[in-house]
Amino acid sequence: MAKIRPDYENSWWPRFLRWLESGSSALDDALLDELSSTAEEHLVEGAANASTREAHDEERRLLSIRDEKLLYDRIHRWAHSKGSRIIRWLYRITAVAICVGIIILLLNTAANLPPFGSPDNPVNNEVSQRYIEQGMQETGAVNIVAGMILDYRAFDTLGESNVLFIAACAVIILMRLPSSPDSKPTTEQLEAEADDRMYEPKNDMILQHQANFLVPLILLFGIYVIMNGHISPGGGFSGGAIMGAGLILYLNAFGFRKTERFFTFTTFRIVSLCALSFYAVSKAYSFFTGANHLDSIITTGTPGMLFSAGLIPYLNIAVGLVVCCTMYAFYTLFRKGDM
Amino acid sequence: MALELWQSIPFACILLPLGSAAATSVMKPRIARWWTVTVLVVVTALSGIITWQFWQGAAHYTYMMGHFPAPWGNEIRAGQLEALTALFFALIMLLSLLGGLKKLDEHIDPNKVGLYYVVILLMTAALMAQVYTNDIFTAYVFLEIMTLAACALIAIRRRGRTLVAATRYMIMNLIGSGLFLLGIVILYDLTGHLLMEDIRTAVKEIAATGQYSQPLTVVVALIAIGLCIKSALFPFHTWVPDAYGFSTPTSSAVLSSLVSKGYIFLLIKIMYRVIGLDVIAATRIGDVLFVFALVGMVMGSISALRQTDVRRMTAFSSVAQIGYIYLGMGLGTDAGMMAAMFHLFSHAVCKSMLFLAAGGLADASGNSKQFRDLRGAGYRSPIAGVAFTIGALSMVGFPFLGGFVSKLNIALAALEVGGVRSLLVLLVLAVSTWLNTMYFLRTVITLYRKPLEGASYPVEKGRRGFCFNAALVLFALQNVMLGLWSQTVVNAIVEGLSTFG
Repeated sequence: MAKIRPDYENSWWPRFLRWLESGSSALDDALLDELSSTAEEHLVEGAANASTREAHDEERRLLSIRDEKLLYDRIHRWAHSKGSRIIRWLYRITAVAICVGIIILLLNTAANLPPFGSPDNPVNNEVSQRYIEQGMQETGAVNIVAGMILDYRAFDTLGESNVLFIAACAVIILMRLPSSPDSKPTTEQLEAEADDRMYEPKNDMILQHQANFLVPLILLFGIYVIMNGHISPGGGFSGGAIMGAGLILYLNAFGFRKTERFFTFTTFRIVSLCALSFYAVSKAYSFFTGANHLDSIITTGTPGMLFSAGLIPYLNIAVGLVVCCTMYAFYTLFRKGDM
Repeated sequence: MALELWQSIPFACILLPLGSAAATSVMKPRIARWWTVTVLVVVTALSGIITWQFWQGAAHYTYMMGHFPAPWGNEIRAGQLEALTALFFALIMLLSLLGGLKKLDEHIDPNKVGLYYVVILLMTAALMAQVYTNDIFTAYVFLEIMTLAACALIAIRRRGRTLVAATRYMIMNLIGSGLFLLGIVILYDLTGHLLMEDIRTAVKEIAATGQYSQPLTVVVALIAIGLCIKSALFPFHTWVPDAYGFSTPTSSAVLSSLVSKGYIFLLIKIMYRVIGLDVIAATRIGDVLFVFALVGMVMGSISALRQTDVRRMTAFSSVAQIGYIYLGMGLGTDAGMMAAMFHLFSHAVCKSMLFLAAGGLADASGNSKQFRDLRGAGYRSPIAGVAFTIGALSMVGFPFLGGFVSKLNIALAALEVGGVRSLLVLLVLAVSTWLNTMYFLRTVITLYRKPLEGASYPVEKGRRGFCFNAALVLFALQNVMLGLWSQTVVNAIVEGLSTFG
């Protein structure tokens, strides 16, 4: 009966049927299709035959340009309508209002916190007291901070060094260029090489002379900071960052040719593996003996000596290596997409 | 007090995947794959043993991580609820990985497949640490690992949309981490402790004297909102559809049923063991969560209704289901928390299965996730079709499945509260269930309809191999068992929560 009505197509039942058939509105459909098809996956399947791959790439590029233009037109039309301008304006006003509100709230909170530096603050309790009074005897580290992060709360630091490792993995996943199975450089890699030659400093005499003088000093200082982490301020994190900076300076002055002789992707993997495994295994031993109240073979030694404080100097070296490699890897991956 | 050997299981569950992650990075992909699967099997088995021990009536205990006792050193805690959650997480991780193994080689650059296993192992370690930790700062450290690992899981599939999704995910989640960290810092300033029990004692004193009540409210708000953003509660859910909809199926399954659940479990732990339900009730933050959850339950479902893509629809359905969990938490009662925990399990088990099955169905339909191409996919890929149907029925709340019991629990918890709230909950629950039914059954009907005229599908694409089928069958079994033996799980949750307080 209902089909007799002239506006049958727009009444709710056929609309429901249409939705059941296909889904939401046509515009959503079109937008989604365009967005997901412009970004086709391009794995290395066709890499073997460069000419067909290039032709294919060209075709895909033209297609995507057309699609983008269509999409742009549609969005452009919307962007210049009155409704969108009002919404944008409202959006900005609300964003600013929310930010100002949060700033006021947090400032007010800060004003209500316990006064800074007062001796009877809640933070000055038995926890920090024991760290300060017995830290040196119990951990053997003169630098209390090293004792805290690498002995008292070593589990947190184990997690922290793995944060660096997972960050490095994520950057490799994101930035490393795909390479072909038969060790020949792919087009992308060659392009990246060319870009690198074009935009980065090359054979800069001043830089090279300065680097000749500075890099050994920086590396030496980094090693000093790591090795003395348990005696003086410093430690794996800061020392590793210094050494990483030294390596980056060396790379900038002399280019990838020179650094590849001693630092490749394999070096990065092996060093990370050794450092993290040593950390995990030695700390697993220490956690297990500690929890089961077993005697540990690790002794604190004489505080103040280079090889004292149990595992702390070795853990500092491990953390330092991880930090150094991660910093250098970040730099090279962002610069060239490889090491 | 000497520990028995099984009491070292939480320690092993964290250290084993953490230690083997670095080793996996230098292995060949084939070896790395089986090594990862082996490690996950071991972690699952160990979690099974510890759950069994607690089920036999062992008492909860704390485990020193090092030679120094708790407020000075790190400590983890194991109890009934932690063990059960760890078992669920490990099992779902294992099955999700097995179910998506075939797709990994298709979606990921062969040079980077090895890294995927590294990320999976670190994610497992972080989840285990998150579940067992008794120290709020340890929770933050491993929360960072989870955030970064999740970004890597999304971005590893080389596709324009996944990169956008990963960027969005990272920005939103880092805001969440930032708020959470700020909350911890202020809390430490107020109490001087990082260990959960000690903070609880100090917070009780603060709440009694009323001296720092304003900062305490801000702390509760920062922690709750930070974790809400990370677990995609309604107004903060904008990163969900792309992140879940375009990544490889294993990543979608892990993100939707483990990562967001890890954050929610942490929030429940903080509510009970750090702040205390009474203090939370006094700050009224629970009410905010309650309102967000109510709106999210409806809005998530409405957005899901409008999708034409099965993966995006499932993603939006997650937003609605997260609303259910927060609804239970927002009620602020023990019954509400129990309902939230149960729904956390049933949704985790169900959503990962749905994502994997949707991947399989799309494969059988010429790699298209659009509904118009999915017609008849249930016949082309029978096991995926059945698994999707079971998952959809569970989400809708069909009796004998997990989703039914969790909806029942939420309704019962709401009735206990009484007043306007229980009326609101029942009303929204009814509307949301109705909407769920609309979009899920529509999908199931589509799966079993005749294909469009002239459509042809590549046959060989539909064969997914033994791992995929086995994973889906195990997932389906898990769903049914969760529904049939729900009382056992409910009892375990109640007992576990009672030792939390």
